Amino acid sequence: MTSLPATTERSLGLVIDLDTCVGCHACVTACKEWNTSAYGAPLSDDDPYGAAPSGTFLNRVHTFEYTGEDGTPKVVHFPKSCLHCADAPCVTVCPTGASLKRVEDGIVLVNEDDCIGCGLCAWACPYGAREMDQAAGIMKKCTLCVDRIDNRNLPEQDRIPACVRTCPTGARHFGDLADPESSVSQLVEKRNGFDLMPEQGTAPVNKYLPPRRNEEISILAPLLDPVTDGAGGFLGWLDRALNRL
Amino acid sequence: MHPAPSIIIFTVLSGLGFGMMTWLGLGATATEGPEALTLCAIAIALVAAGLLSSLFHLGHPERFLKALTQWRSSWLSREGIASIATIATFMLFSGLWGVFSIRSAALGTLTALLALTTVFCTAMIYAQMKTVPRWHSPLTPVTFLLAAVAGGAVPFAKHLAPWLLLLLGTGLVIDALRGHLAFQRSGTTLASATGLAPGRRPRLLAPPHTGSNYLMREMVYTAGRTNAPLLFGAGLVLAVLIPALVLLSLQTGPAVAIFATVSHTAGVIVLRYLFFAQAEHVVGLYYGRHGEKI
Repeated sequence: MTSLPATTERSLGLVIDLDTCVGCHACVTACKEWNTSAYGAPLSDDDPYGAAPSGTFLNRVHTFEYTGEDGTPKVVHFPKSCLHCADAPCVTVCPTGASLKRVEDGIVLVNEDDCIGCGLCAWACPYGAREMDQAAGIMKKCTLCVDRIDNRNLPEQDRIPACVRTCPTGARHFGDLADPESSVSQLVEKRNGFDLMPEQGTAPVNKYLPPRRNEEISILAPLLDPVTDGAGGFLGWLDRALNRL
Repeated sequence: MHPAPSIIIFTVLSGLGFGMMTWLGLGATATEGPEALTLCAIAIALVAAGLLSSLFHLGHPERFLKALTQWRSSWLSREGIASIATIATFMLFSGLWGVFSIRSAALGTLTALLALTTVFCTAMIYAQMKTVPRWHSPLTPVTFLLAAVAGGAVPFAKHLAPWLLLLLGTGLVIDALRGHLAFQRSGTTLASATGLAPGRRPRLLAPPHTGSNYLMREMVYTAGRTNAPLLFGAGLVLAVLIPALVLLSLQTGPAVAIFATVSHTAGVIVLRYLFFAQAEHVVGLYYGRHGEKI
């Protein structure tokens, strides 16, 4: 059924920290690698080594620039994948029932055997989260790595989406956003997490954490201060002796 | 939005065919026998050609029967069911009329209602898209229905046809004026898309990849917009002015009806091309469209 469930038992999703992301695209690569070799049709590439490469990706990192409060230019790396919306317009437009939102965890999925490749769900999504695979002729999208998060064959630390597992700066967090006590919900609360395009009325589950302002950036600053005023021991004696020359 | 030829052909031909079915169902001509059968066959052929063309748009056309299952939520599914119901009712109506000379007013009226419902469902596929502000308007079903009703009347050269055409032209002009500002009025901006306050002048610094992708080809399509006003004018002249003037000034006859229909259809193809080519999807914001350029 492509009607949306009124409520879901859990709301699994991602929290993406725009302050911490360094734009390395490791999540893009990890996503492509896991999802091309596991669940459903592989993510095809067209002309991958030619002049105009193009391919199916479920996660892409855009880079934006804006003017900071002190007038200096700021750069924000902006990873974007399916936001697993509570009111997902991509699900209700599907004519075949291939698109669905799971009642148990709120994950938005495509049943690839039912997809006719009409592309209407990609039109309905404001975020560009769905891409038609040109080789398979069916719609592909982020599954939150359903074949990892419930996979008991994997070690426990690997039962999270590939993008979250690989992120070297810890800019991506995975959890239940319907549970106010969960670490992701606490993070959203403390850092004023926000929705993308709230005016579209999609009620996205995924949240984004804003870049910190200059005065907030104090985590690394103490580490940049000089560690000691003067060296001791032999090197200190050498330093002082050379200074006297 | 990418103006896919299969979808343009589908909406134009099926719209014209369903419009003809509406007028035939309501008794637009007094003909009987082979002539009636020919007119009915033309309407069915137009709709069938349109529906076949739409199948080419699919990644998996062989699974199209699955698309009839989700009528509770999906306008595309409703369109599929309504079109099949219309064709079945109309074939029964035209068989009785052409072969047995029984013109069933009840079946004819039902055909007209079903045909207009189908066109409405087609239009709602586009009008429901909040992501494409230019389409997200009650004027989208209004112009689609006007195009079907006016276009369907042209082959019969009825007295009503020129006035319906002028009504269509008026509707299209009003819709174009509204559509021009629709994106701005939607309230979706790069600031709302990224959460970076508008006062901070967010702008795209680097796209996610150097090449193209499905989203850019399908929804961030920008070609053919520079000459949009010229094409819109040409479309209006072909679709509305020429057939309206011809039907008003010349004696009615098969040649006049065919000429007016061909001109009208050519114009609607141009206008339907613009319907897609001028429509802007909000995802373009993430790719540096509608925003400040560096």
